[in-house]
Amino acid sequence: MFRTALRNVLAHKARLLMTVLAVMLGVAFVSGTLVFTNTISNAFQNSSAKGFDQVDVAVQAKSQDSKGDTVGKTPELTQAMLDTSAKVPGAASATGVVNGFTAIADKKGKLIGGGFQSEGGNYWGDKDARYPLKSGTAPHGSGQVAIDSETAKRAGYKVGDTVRISVDGPVLSPKITGIFTTDDGNVTAGGSLALFDTATAQKLFGKAGTYDEIDVKAAAGTSQAALKSALDQALPKGQTETTTAQKLADDQAETIASSMSGLKSGLLVFAGIALFVGTFIIANTFTMLVAQRTKELALLRAVGASRRQVTRSVLLEAFVVGAVAAVAGLVAGIGIGAGLRGLMGTIGATVPDGPLVITSGTVLSALAVGILITMLAAWLPGRRAAKIPPVAAMSSVHATATTKSLVLRNTLGALFSGAGIAVVIAATTMNGSDGQAPMGVGAVLLIIGVFILTPLLSRPLIAAAAPVLRIFGISGKLARQNSVRNPRRTAATASALMIGLTLITGMTVMAGSLQQAIDKMASSAISADYIVSMANGNQLSPDVDKTLTTTSGITASSPLRNAPSRIDGETEFLTGVNGSAIGKLTDLKVDSGTFKVAGTQVVVDDDTAKSHGWKAGSTFTTHYEDGKAQQLTVSAVYEGNALIRGIMLDNATLSPHQTDPADMQILVKTADGASSSTKDKLEKALGSNPAVKVQDKKDLSNSIAQVFTLILNMVYGLLAMAVIVAVLGVINTLAMSVFERSQEIGMLRAIGLDRKGIKRMVRLESLVISLFGGVLGLGLGVFFGWAAGELIGAKMSTYELVVPWARMALFLLLAGTVGVLAALWPARRAAKLNMLSAIKSE
Amino acid sequence: MTTTPIADRTTSVAARATDLSKIYGQGETQVVALDQVSISFRQAEFTAIMGPSGSGKSTLMHCVAGLDTFSSGSVRIGDTELGSLKDKQLTKLRRDKIGFIFQAFNLLPTLTALENITLPMDIAGRKPDKEWLDSVIRMIGLSDRLKHRPSQLSGGQQQRVAVARALASRPDIIFGDEPTGNLDSRSGAEVLGFLRNSVRELGQTVVMVTHDPVAAAYADRVVFLADGRIVDEVFEPTADSVLDRMKRFDAKGRTS
Repeated sequence: MFRTALRNVLAHKARLLMTVLAVMLGVAFVSGTLVFTNTISNAFQNSSAKGFDQVDVAVQAKSQDSKGDTVGKTPELTQAMLDTSAKVPGAASATGVVNGFTAIADKKGKLIGGGFQSEGGNYWGDKDARYPLKSGTAPHGSGQVAIDSETAKRAGYKVGDTVRISVDGPVLSPKITGIFTTDDGNVTAGGSLALFDTATAQKLFGKAGTYDEIDVKAAAGTSQAALKSALDQALPKGQTETTTAQKLADDQAETIASSMSGLKSGLLVFAGIALFVGTFIIANTFTMLVAQRTKELALLRAVGASRRQVTRSVLLEAFVVGAVAAVAGLVAGIGIGAGLRGLMGTIGATVPDGPLVITSGTVLSALAVGILITMLAAWLPGRRAAKIPPVAAMSSVHATATTKSLVLRNTLGALFSGAGIAVVIAATTMNGSDGQAPMGVGAVLLIIGVFILTPLLSRPLIAAAAPVLRIFGISGKLARQNSVRNPRRTAATASALMIGLTLITGMTVMAGSLQQAIDKMASSAISADYIVSMANGNQLSPDVDKTLTTTSGITASSPLRNAPSRIDGETEFLTGVNGSAIGKLTDLKVDSGTFKVAGTQVVVDDDTAKSHGWKAGSTFTTHYEDGKAQQLTVSAVYEGNALIRGIMLDNATLSPHQTDPADMQILVKTADGASSSTKDKLEKALGSNPAVKVQDKKDLSNSIAQVFTLILNMVYGLLAMAVIVAVLGVINTLAMSVFERSQEIGMLRAIGLDRKGIKRMVRLESLVISLFGGVLGLGLGVFFGWAAGELIGAKMSTYELVVPWARMALFLLLAGTVGVLAALWPARRAAKLNMLSAIKSE
Repeated sequence: MTTTPIADRTTSVAARATDLSKIYGQGETQVVALDQVSISFRQAEFTAIMGPSGSGKSTLMHCVAGLDTFSSGSVRIGDTELGSLKDKQLTKLRRDKIGFIFQAFNLLPTLTALENITLPMDIAGRKPDKEWLDSVIRMIGLSDRLKHRPSQLSGGQQQRVAVARALASRPDIIFGDEPTGNLDSRSGAEVLGFLRNSVRELGQTVVMVTHDPVAAAYADRVVFLADGRIVDEVFEPTADSVLDRMKRFDAKGRTS
């Protein structure tokens, strides 16, 4: 039987090609993902392990568990502790580490890097083993800095240059005295690192006389564990925590692994979609192969092969095809993995070097996925093959598909679809996260239902296209009829395309609607002209607020100051605002009460009010971070949004309780309104600080849009794979149709349809199938987009469904293009058919 | 009887082959399918081409019908010389001037009987001549089956649809390739009757390849081919006279 199966594979090479390609693409996606993520996490782990070369035990301040009504204050690592650590038996040396956000400007004054990875720290003494100097000397005093070699290279800085640097407030212009190399994860990932001498770093980062970490190096012959227990003995109880470097490296490796696993599972979801789409093509191909071989299989049965043997021979064939495709896919996947790493490098994300990691797990899962998917998809056709009666070998009539089983199919499809729609609609009325799981279930049910129903749907939908096709005369008419001739095959082909387009459309609708809602909410709630914030999202220096209040042309400004507090035994963040100005800077919708922020009068957003059961006029007690308590009154409940939410109280009330005011944003209204000259003036007033971002509402909209566009483009890119697989499916179906109908095509040629007419007929059939899949996909996509939006957007008053008509037209055009392109080769083949042999072939 | 082709009859000629040769392959593997064949098909005449398999009878028909290319010689349909035509012009010629009937019926399963009949006109984008169409349909006796699809018709009925398709566009000449090969004798007789009627009553020209002496007996003349050459011709044949000739070739073939 094996030989028969193998012969069959070889005999149908061309027809199996598309199947092999489809499986191969899916497997390549899977193995590419695995190779890529393994390689990257391995490289990161190696580089982070290297980062702990200079540490044996790290001492950190013990993080205080907040208990009761007071917000705990974290103990600090003092100079005394550092001295103690250095003298502990078994310690060779102890290094105090200070770090914080430090933005470096390039020669044009713009921030280098993304902001989130702009780090600063201290250079220990004259020769810091952590940071070997490539050129120059160690920084000393407030006028000197050392920067990492990657940043220096990127911005073109040399030793002796003056560089603009900002930590939180004022801009500094120190001289670069040294350029060092580092394995710091942030730097290898594209960030920057600036180092000052220890005293300067402590002052800049607001940590005078204290450290963030003490790194202790063990003397020769002392183990990390021994050093750790010695340090635990020597250091004051309850204030420090010691960790061995081994543990730190392990923890970091685990963090990297878990962040990579997120990326990995994300990519694997898309690979799974591509494979799922691929199964349609595989099933289609094997159904066809079995149908074509009816006579041959019946003959096998007639000469004594059992049903099991027939099924097994089809499955064996699938196994061979799957194995070949899986191996090819694995090889392609390794290439993709290597290519992706290279791509990451060119788009600016620096990835640490390391060998390409191909684990046995990758190889096994790629092979298993490829072979199992193919065999699974071939299982049904295989069973059908076994049902061929031996007598079929004698009759010349091909077994025709009965319409009987479509009745069962349609009933089943209607049930699934109905249940799916009901569950999805029910889910939209649920609360945010509660509705997610049922919505997912409903969506899957509906997709399965529609897939089962596609043969039924194909008739009316394709009939609707008849008037358009009539323009193309007889070719159009024949194309329409051919496309509904084998509803199951058309359905499977169109479904493959439908799935990709459903996801693409759904994402687009949802993202577009959400983007508009967030955008509207943020911009409609704010009447300020500008929002000032830190590039990395950290707190602004209090100086910024002070500077702004004295800048001319500013009519109102208010910081949004973050303050932890405890209310009803739970941590709740208060937002301190300038009570007299906030009314002019925001335009918040008030649900109840009168908007007033002064003294003990505060305003609360609807969500917070709801969770605490407050209404306008309610009072509650808050415990500030200094431990003092105060009773506050809710003057109004307002509608919160992405930018402004929570409990807002007057800074005059809050400030006495705060040692380090944390201004997250400052809202600014100017006399002249928003304009580029006003923006320039503001930026200048703030010292043209690379770390401080001044955004007007349009910038805000743009940055919101940017996030959405980025996500959408990534999703499009990943779903493109599913669409490519679907295109292979269309090509496959058409090629099979042309092959099956070669006799008809020969007759049409004989009685006078020219090559152009034949080509047009095949192309139009392809177009009809593709557009059918496209229309189904768009319809489902809009429905899912709407449903998901209802779920997520329910909380946003500004949410409304945005149907991206232009985009959708584009997607439909894409589906059409897919159809025309997929028909190129089959149409050529059909036109080139030899009339005479086609007519004679039976 | 004479074995030379008769080209000097007075009635006008629908199709004519002159010194037609068709050679497959080259050198030692060369196979001569047609060897300098010259033959005319007169208007309103029903010709049957007979011969053992491999005699070149199908090749002759395919070449004259513009379905196949030939190596040398000339083929004319009416006034048109086929040898100089490009594929596109040849296709148009087949569409407008020639009708076909195949052994395997070759109807489109997605079209109704009527749609199959008018298919050549639909391809040309022409409106069928209503009166003519009606008379053709009446003649083949399928008026009540026009809305049926081929799968709902018997083999004989399907071939009658195919005959109607060939007749409907009023071609200059109709070629049939074993039109009764797949039919039982009764259905075959019906189809042959229609073909003969179309010649007698409508003045249609019909050329048919067959290996069945009974079928050949419906024709006005029978041309015998062997080894790519015309070897004999019978006018006003009967099944017996045809069979008789065939036996003689067989005997000749064995003795030579």
